[in-house]
Amino acid sequence: MSLNVTTMICGLILLVGILELLRRRQLREKYGMLWIGVALVIVPLSIFPGLMDRVAGFVGVASGVSLVLFAAILFLLLVCLHLSWEVSRLEEETRTLAEEIALIKIKIDDTAKVGAQDDRG
Amino acid sequence: MIGGRRVLVVIPAFNEAGAIAGVIGEVRRELPGIDVLVVDDGSADTTVVEARKAGAIVARLPYNLGVGGARRLGFRYGQDHDYDVVVQFDADGQHDPRYIPQLVEALDAADIVIGARFAGEGDYRVRGPRAWAMTVLSAVLSRIAKSRLTDTTSGFRAANRKGIDLYAQWFPVEYLGDTVETIVQAVRGGLTVRQVPVSMRARVAGKASHSPVKATVYLGRSFAVLLLALVRR
Repeated sequence: MSLNVTTMICGLILLVGILELLRRRQLREKYGMLWIGVALVIVPLSIFPGLMDRVAGFVGVASGVSLVLFAAILFLLLVCLHLSWEVSRLEEETRTLAEEIALIKIKIDDTAKVGAQDDRG
Repeated sequence: MIGGRRVLVVIPAFNEAGAIAGVIGEVRRELPGIDVLVVDDGSADTTVVEARKAGAIVARLPYNLGVGGARRLGFRYGQDHDYDVVVQFDADGQHDPRYIPQLVEALDAADIVIGARFAGEGDYRVRGPRAWAMTVLSAVLSRIAKSRLTDTTSGFRAANRKGIDLYAQWFPVEYLGDTVETIVQAVRGGLTVRQVPVSMRARVAGKASHSPVKATVYLGRSFAVLLLALVRR
């Protein structure tokens, strides 16, 4: 099997996987669109790995494959950073919710206590 | 009531069933008529039952948030229920409630008052890297606060309404953030931070760590927290 076929199959599996996750509503649109964009770049590149060579020559990188690797690492780093940011925000949000719940529970307990006293009296 | 102020003592508790009833009992004995709020930080033991039995109001967090989350909940409760002063207190028996009136009175001249161990009272000693970290932290924070602060990691504190409003809205959950960073943010928010000497007791339950590795990690972390606190908006 030639290299082109291997990379093409990988690219297509990725694209189908993303579409399936979106279809099952497991991915929010904002992330789905991002990953579809990525797949749409990766699939043609996997079929014609030579595509990046001219761009690579233009920015001073010897081979297109190196440029793709570099771009991929940079992109993944940015995605990781973004996810860390999202997780920090989510933790802060769930923390606030946990605190609200605790405060509301005190209020409910107080009301129940007052209610019980009223019933007895 | 202490000096006409409504005071709430907030005690975060995580699996403190052994010590909590004694601590609450002592606070209520020393300071009758003061409200005690125990924030249960997702304990797996009978902390909640013990605290209720001892006569405290109990707020129960649905899962463990860490001491910072529990403390912020205390300030939010204080804000919601219109208290004049919120006192931070520990559940492990280290803090002595007889100093609470002094902390509250010191709020006449400050917004945040820290009960400090090394300011002449008591015989609490720390050695090694942990002690160096504390010394440098104190020096830096004293400069920032424009007031002598000798025990910046003390969790024994009192805050007036300005302090309550600040901490109800913002209080870091991270380890050390709840002590070091809160001082920096208070000063930056235009609040005055002062200290009052207190003596602290050996813990009733649990043990402070004294291994050199842990102490060094503590040193590194405290400076990371301090640097972050200084550059954070």
